[in-house]
Order: sequence, then structure tokens, then C-alpha cells
Amino acid sequence: MRLLKDRFPHLKAITWIPLLLLALTGCATYPNSALSPAGPVAGDELHLMEIALAIMILVFLVVVVLWGYAIIKFRQRKGDTEDPKPWDGSTILESMWIIGPFLALAFLAYITVSDSFILAAKPPAASSVTVEVVGHQFWWEFDYKNSGVTTANEMVIPVGEKVELNLTSADVIHSFWIPRLAGKIDALPGYMNHMWIEASKPGVYPGQCAEFCGTGHADMGMKVIAVSQTKYRAWLHTMKHPTFATTALARQGMKDFATVGCATCHSIVNTPYQGKVGPNLTDLGIRTGIAADTLPNTPANLARWLHDPQAVKPGALMPNLGLSKKQISALVAFLEGMK
Amino acid sequence: MAAVAQPLGHVQERTYPTRGLISYLTSVDHKKIAVVYLVVAAFFFTMGGAEAFLMRLQLIKPDNTLVSSAFYNQLFTMHGTTMIFLAVMPLLIGFINAIVPLQIGARDVAFPKMNALSLWLFFFGGLFLNTSWFLGGAPNAGWFNYAPISINQYNPGPGIDFYDLGLQLAGIGTLMTGINFLTTIVNMRAPGMSWMRLPLFTWATFITSVLIVFAFPPLTVNLFLLMFDRLAGATFFTVPSGGNVLLWQNLFWIFGHPEVYILVLPAFGMISEVVATFSRKGIFGYDTMVMSFIVIGFLSFMVWTHHMFTVGMGPWVNSIFAITSMAIAVPTGVKIFNWIFTMWGGKIRFTTAMLFAVGFIPIFVIGGITGVMLAAAPADFQFNDSYFVVAHIHYVLIGGTLFGLLAGLFYWFPKITGKLLDERLGKWSFWIIVIGFNVTFFPQHFLGLWGMPRRVFTYSTSLGPAVAFWNAVSTYGVFILATGFLVLLANLIKTLRSGEAAGPDPWDARTLEWSLSSPAPEYNFASVPLIRGRDAWWVEKRQGEGRMVPARPDDGARAVHMPSPSWLPITFSFCLFVAAYGALYTNMIVIVLGLLAAVVVLYRMIAGEDKGMMVPLEESESE
Repeated sequence: MRLLKDRFPHLKAITWIPLLLLALTGCATYPNSALSPAGPVAGDELHLMEIALAIMILVFLVVVVLWGYAIIKFRQRKGDTEDPKPWDGSTILESMWIIGPFLALAFLAYITVSDSFILAAKPPAASSVTVEVVGHQFWWEFDYKNSGVTTANEMVIPVGEKVELNLTSADVIHSFWIPRLAGKIDALPGYMNHMWIEASKPGVYPGQCAEFCGTGHADMGMKVIAVSQTKYRAWLHTMKHPTFATTALARQGMKDFATVGCATCHSIVNTPYQGKVGPNLTDLGIRTGIAADTLPNTPANLARWLHDPQAVKPGALMPNLGLSKKQISALVAFLEGMK
Repeated sequence: MAAVAQPLGHVQERTYPTRGLISYLTSVDHKKIAVVYLVVAAFFFTMGGAEAFLMRLQLIKPDNTLVSSAFYNQLFTMHGTTMIFLAVMPLLIGFINAIVPLQIGARDVAFPKMNALSLWLFFFGGLFLNTSWFLGGAPNAGWFNYAPISINQYNPGPGIDFYDLGLQLAGIGTLMTGINFLTTIVNMRAPGMSWMRLPLFTWATFITSVLIVFAFPPLTVNLFLLMFDRLAGATFFTVPSGGNVLLWQNLFWIFGHPEVYILVLPAFGMISEVVATFSRKGIFGYDTMVMSFIVIGFLSFMVWTHHMFTVGMGPWVNSIFAITSMAIAVPTGVKIFNWIFTMWGGKIRFTTAMLFAVGFIPIFVIGGITGVMLAAAPADFQFNDSYFVVAHIHYVLIGGTLFGLLAGLFYWFPKITGKLLDERLGKWSFWIIVIGFNVTFFPQHFLGLWGMPRRVFTYSTSLGPAVAFWNAVSTYGVFILATGFLVLLANLIKTLRSGEAAGPDPWDARTLEWSLSSPAPEYNFASVPLIRGRDAWWVEKRQGEGRMVPARPDDGARAVHMPSPSWLPITFSFCLFVAAYGALYTNMIVIVLGLLAAVVVLYRMIAGEDKGMMVPLEESESE
């Protein structure tokens, strides 16, 4: 798959202008920044942005120079009451500023159309990682159909491989956006959308829902975690065969999971708990965040969430079950002990 | 004395009040209607500004708890809806009303009663929408109100119904304005005012009217479908029952994109008038300017899917709309160069109006630049629904439309009120607004690139320290911007109280409205003028005798036959306002009564014969 930088290598020459400007925005790598691509799709999209910006800056400079000259040179001098010489138009000039921008934009349009088709091309059929993404109010479901793994909010992928995503929604429109890996695509109820991502290096790549979906929209985060092939296979394995903590408290928590009502909505693999409404909680202990990445995953934060979900995340559809302190600590021990 | 055609039957003498509240409530005079539009819209503009102010206060730091998510969602929805439908569009329509008939030598618009109807439907639609704050919550799904977040299942409160019914009400009014001004410009130009002699503000109004006539029906259809889903159990947008969510988006944007050109083209017209007058030179490339208005108007219907690049419609669809969206930049660019070359070789006077027109150019061009970047569909996959888009829209809406409006305000205030706004206060407000605007919105380009989505009531520190820092800077910018508007308000108050009197032509301007007294007489023209060139007034000043030549010989008439004021338009609008509440609460009796009353009033308006009234010529014009 030949991306923009391969098909138009000479364009790198003009991208130094916007690169310079964008560099002024700080050298730090912000975790959600489209300006710090960590994969070929985001890299390609940034490249197109830079080409567009470079062309537009040229146009802007021409406009501003002419404008600046005009407003300085042609100010009315004090006491001058004579009318200036009329100048109704100039076919040559007007043709120039019709044809000039037209050519610049035609070029940009050609690159844009090229790039649209490049990015839309599906990865080869042998693509080993396919994830079905389902947007919910206000969390993300990730189904690794070929591997029989379902998880939520944290998508683990192998580094350096194309991952095909098939996206839809269970309720309203959401949009899946991990800026360092790729631009976004909407998750629509009644439709199945497709995009592919690839992480060039291992790392944690956060993102957020990018289509207004209700009260909890601002708190609908997710992460893509890119790891080596070995680690990825190990992760798949542990997701299919979770180990449970054996302390008394954890075992109590596993029982409470059914009795207080968690199992009505949540599922955990290899257990009788198969609730389909809420996020899959298998191996919650190894996740880095909870409540769609609203809080880091620590026992204290999980307790906070279980105590009052709406206080953590306004609009959360998980009901407040009115759990006692004892029940909460048992559940936390069980959930965090699942790896 | 030549024989004069007299109106048949008994024509009343003028006995209605010419001043005071009732005169404004019943007026069918485009000039009085204009004043009501401007005052009411200015009030809604302040509301929209307050909503934005609260939003930015909430966003001043990460994880802020000043306002809740639920309230914030109402704020951003009402900010957008109010600014677009209740503030900016009516401000533009206010100036169109005040000036266009004067520019073409007409005594009023083609349908004066319908003109009043448009005004009051806007008023009651806006009022209806804003009562939502007190009656269960304002709409909260954004100004574009996507399905299915807008259907009952996900949004059970009354807020969306207020949006739906309020915009239907106000929207009918706007549609009527489009029809009215289209007809007025086609039919009521003074003799000699050929198409290619029209002032550019009038051309802009003509094209805008065409856009209104074609763009508003899709919106109304969309609102209708949603109304049936929410109030009558239909399932147009309910996916499990076979509904389709993209239906809303497509219909909305088929309206929504021409809508933003409706917002900007009249501003382009205003800028054209101001730049020409204060450069003391006719507009450069008039013919090309006219062509570009037409081409922009046409293309504006061909680009709507660029709002939907991330919907997943595939590379063919995305490519077509990327191309058309880039294409529309060409005629727009032509205008920018033509304005610059109008100034080129001219003698520029930097009045406040000219400052806003000159400031408009670089700011709007920045908005245009980000617009072209957004048109590059794969790049838009990153930009869409982020603060980058928020930055773009405000650069074109404020840099474009608002600066055009402010230029128009300082330029035409004397023609409307007879007083000149204070130039010193004006210049202060210009500089403060320019600085405040850029401090508020320039950083937002980067906030978007750093991953901050739109329509979020808060954001996390995990986005990086720059995001928190520049959000705070953007909020400080709003304080500066607000100060600029307060200076403008002070200017308006001071001027209305004790402003310097303006003569008929304080700017030595070019177009026909400046041949009239300030403010213009009730009947506009004592005798319909003969138009002898483009920039009709300038031609008479520089090549004629410094006054307009009558198109017909003086027939000795000392009074002008004008349409009578009427209570019917405001009454009709009120009846629909009541019916809207009936629909909101699904109370069939109220709906039926409201609609029935409206039909009765409508019948009176259509079938009732207005014999009109005779308005005596003012002293100075009876020679």
C-alpha cells in the first residue's frame, strides 16, 4: 500500500513551511495529538494537512502583501479632495487570480482524491487482526471475532500490523478517534463502517468519542495499546483464560457480582456471567483505565466508581446500586484480582 | 397639470400613529420593520454571547465543575441556534430591509404585509425557543441536532420539541423574506436600474434570496419528520424500526451549507459598498463580482457532504465533495482580490466602517484557508468534530459575517437613524474586538489538532499541559471580546441620546440610498428616480446636477399612496405561537384553535382589500 509520501516524495520540499509553524507549537509529544503520528494512517493524513497548509500559506502571503501595500500606499492624504482615477477592472489581473488559485486547488484536489482512495483500500484479506467496534452510550465494545475475545475501552493490538476495524453503534452516533494513529470514522446505528489502523511502535494511544452522543460524551475515552506480537498473543490467551484471585475477599466479591446485580449487565468469560448490556469486564485487573478511561484503574478509583457512577461520569447509564462498603471492597478485590 | 391616476374608492388619510410602540407592532414599512429586526436580533446576539461566555468559563481549566454536563449541552446548543437563526440572520435581514428598497429606487418591498409577517414569525419563533429554558430545559443536542440523539428514546424531555417547533415558526418567516426580496429586486427596480447597474449589496441580497428559497424547505421537511417521530410515534429516524439516521444529516446539511452562504453573502455585499465608498473608487471588476456571487450561490448547493466526510460514505463520495468544496474557494478568492484592487489607486479614508471592512480581509482569508484544509477529506478525518472546526467557523462567521455587519452598522446607521455613531468609540471597539477575537479563536486551531473534540463540557489533563493553557488563554480572549462589544453598546446608547446629526450623504457615497434624507422619508422617494448609471448617486453628483432626476414629469401630486399598517401579521404569528405550544404539549384543542385562528387571520390578510393611505410629501419635497 503506497501512501502519499511514497507516491509524491517531492512534495516533502514544500512541507517544511507548515512543519516549521507546527513545530512552534511545542516539541512535546502530546498523547492525543494529530501532529505526532505514531502510525502510517495518521502520518499520511498529517502529510496531506501539511501540503494543504503550505499551499494556503502561499496564497495568504500573496493576499496579505497586496492588502498591506494597498492600505498603506493609498491612504487619502490630508486636504486631498480630488477623486482618484477610476479603474473598473483588468481582464489580465482578474484572469490571473481566477486561474492561479484554480491551478493550486486543482493540484490539491488531485492529491486529496489520490489519498482518499489510498486510505480506503482494504488491507489484504489475510489481515490477521480484525476488531468489531461497537459504540455505546458511553463506552466502547471491542470484539476480536477471529480470536473469540471481547473487551471494552482498551484495544490491544500487535505493533507493525494492519488492524482492520468494523464499526457500528448500539444506540446513537459515536465517532472513533485515536489521533496519533488515524483520523476518525463515525460509528452509526444501522451501518457498518470500515477503517484500518497500524501502530509503528509500541505504546499507549488514547482517544475520545468525537461525535456528540449525550451527557456522557466528554467522558467516553478509549485507548489503543500496541504491543509486540508475543505480548499480543499472551494477552489474547489471558483474555480467554482469566485467572481469579483466591483470597476470601475476592471470592466473596465473585459471589456478590451475581447477588447485587452486576451480572445482569456485565459478562466475564469462563463464568456464568453473560450480561450483554454493559462492558465486558474480563481481566479488569490488567486494564489501565476504568469508566471508559475516565479514571486510572486503581482499587481506590474503582471503589469510587462503584459507590456512585454518576458522580464520576455524569450521564453514565450504570445505575447506582447502593452498595455497602463491604460489598464494594469485595467486588474491587474480585475485579482487580482478575488477570 | 397632467392627468393623474387616482386610487379608486375612498382612500383614508393617515390617521394611524407614526411613532411609539404600536406603530412598530403594526408597521408594514420596510424601514420600521428593519429597526425591529435589528433591535430584537441585537438582544438575541447578547443572549448567544452570554451562552458562549458561560461555556468558555467552564472550559477555562480541565475537569472544571462550574456548569454540569447537562447544562453545558444546552448552552452550546442554544449558543449555535441563537447566533445563527435569531441573531446573525435577522441582523442581516434587518439591513437588507433597511437598505435594499432604497438602493433600487423602490418605495417598499413587493409584499409589505408579508414582510411584517416574516418579522413577527421570527420574533415569536425566537421567543418560543427561549421559553424552553423555563419550561423543562433548552434543546441539548447541538444546533444541528443529529438523529438519533434527538429522538424521544434518547432525549425524552421537551427541549428538542422547542427546537423543532421554534425553528419551523421562524423558518417560515425567513422563507417569506426570500420570496419577498427576490420579487422586489426583480420587479421593483426604478427605471434605468438594469441588472448590471445594481449595487452589489442588492445583488448579494438577490442571490441570498434564491438560496433561502431553495435551502429552507429541506430544513422544514427535516423538522417535520422529526416532529412526527417525537410527537406522533413515527419512526423516520428510529433504526430498529427501519429508520435511517443519515436521512437527518443529509437533509440538514443540504440546508446547512447554503445557510452559511446565506450568512456570508450579504456581508460580502456590505463590504463591497463600504470599500468602494471609502476608497472613493467604484468596485474593481464589477462584472466578475456579480459572476462570483452567482457561482458561489450555485456551488453552495453542491458541497454539503463535506460535513459528513467521516460518516463513511467512501472515497468516491468524499472525493466529489472535496473537489466541489475546494472549487467554491475560487470565486470567493476572486472577491478578495477585487476588494483589494478597489482600494488600489484609491484614496482610502479609515472610518470605523472601513476599519471593519479592511480587517475583514485577512481574518476571513484565514477562515477560508482552514476551510480549504477541511475540504481535503482525509485530512478532515483528523479535523472533523474537533476544535479546529470551531476555530474555522468562528473565523469565517465573525471575521466574515460579523465584521461585514459591523462595517454595515457604522456605514448605514446615519441613513437609518439620522445620527452618526461616534468615530473615536468606534475605533476603540474595532481594535479591542479584533484583538479579543484572535486571542479567543486562534489557539482553538491547535486545541483541535492536539485532540480536543467539540461539544465537550470538560477535558482532561491527560491531553497535555498545552491544551489546558491555551483553553485558559481562549477564555481570557472572551473577556477582551466582550469589552469591545460593551464599548460598541456605549457608542450606540451615546449616539441615540445625543449623536451628531448626519445629513443625507455624510460619506460622499455612491449608491442611491444616499440621495435621500437621513432617515429617509416614509415613502422613500418623493418621485421615482431615473437611474443613469451604475453607482446611480455618484453619477448624478459628478456628471449631473447633484440630485436625482425624476423618471416621470412632476404630476403635481403632493401625497404618496402607501400600504396601510396592519395588526394582522403580528396576530397571525401569535396564533401560530399558541398552536406551537399546543403541539409541544400534544394538546389537540390548543393546536386546532391556534391553527384555526391563524387561518382566519390569513384569510383576512389575503382576501381583505387594503385601500392604502395617502402620505403627504415632507415640507422640503413639496416645491
